[in-house]
Amino acid sequence: MTAPAPEKTEVVEPDTAAEVPWVTIVWNDPVNLMSYVTLVFQKLLGHPKSKAEKLMLDVHNKGRATVSIGPREKMEADVAKLQAAGLWATMAKDS
Amino acid sequence: MRPFHRRFGRYTGWLEPAEAALIADLVDQVRQLLADRSTETPADPLAELTGMTVGPSSKPTDPAVARLLPDFHADDAELSAGLRVLHEPDLIASKQAAAVALLDSLPRAGGQVRLDEDQASSWIAALNDIRLALGVRLEITDDDELPPGVEDPESPQAAMFHTYRWLSAVQDSLVTALLGPH
Repeated sequence: MTAPAPEKTEVVEPDTAAEVPWVTIVWNDPVNLMSYVTLVFQKLLGHPKSKAEKLMLDVHNKGRATVSIGPREKMEADVAKLQAAGLWATMAKDS
Repeated sequence: MRPFHRRFGRYTGWLEPAEAALIADLVDQVRQLLADRSTETPADPLAELTGMTVGPSSKPTDPAVARLLPDFHADDAELSAGLRVLHEPDLIASKQAAAVALLDSLPRAGGQVRLDEDQASSWIAALNDIRLALGVRLEITDDDELPPGVEDPESPQAAMFHTYRWLSAVQDSLVTALLGPH
């Protein structure tokens, strides 16, 4: 009979870089129609109408709005979708 | 132009022959801008071996194309360059697909336009790309101010601005129909 060698206990450092969420930001621009931006937020990000309208007004009045938050890969995908629709979208590490 | 309405699950509108020709011409111009950008892509032998399409890492020099294909990050140029290499080919393909879907459902001689949900989505995206490019050419920088040079009704800027505003109305009527009750 043998006993398994005691397992090395590794101290696993939390991968903080992977845990910091990222955000998708949409910036105001003078061309995109308010109706269109609202529709894009509903269709591409799945926001309900009320939230889509609020975010659209934030973009319009404040110059920018955070429209989604999550892991980096997801934000990359959201930015790509929004840019494909013609919105001025960028991503950033959440601060 | 007669504005779009939703009827029996379809979005219908109506275009004069000259209006249909104008839309086709503008869609083709945007397709050409994007096609020219695609050919800027440097040939990468490794990417060709793996079948991956990679894009260029630098921003388009034409400001209209740069507006269609913005940076992914507002301040981090290195990250933006890396993500451009990765995502730009798909972005261009998506815009080209919307443009082709519009052209395929556009009555070239004018008349009734009849779109399903997917076609309507392609139309609003393709019309938006035209407006973005025209907006850069017209130097529209402010929500409420007229762009430079449009005061003279005989100027090319005035004609382009007229087209831009007409396209805004077409796009808005289709968006409004899509947002309406289903």
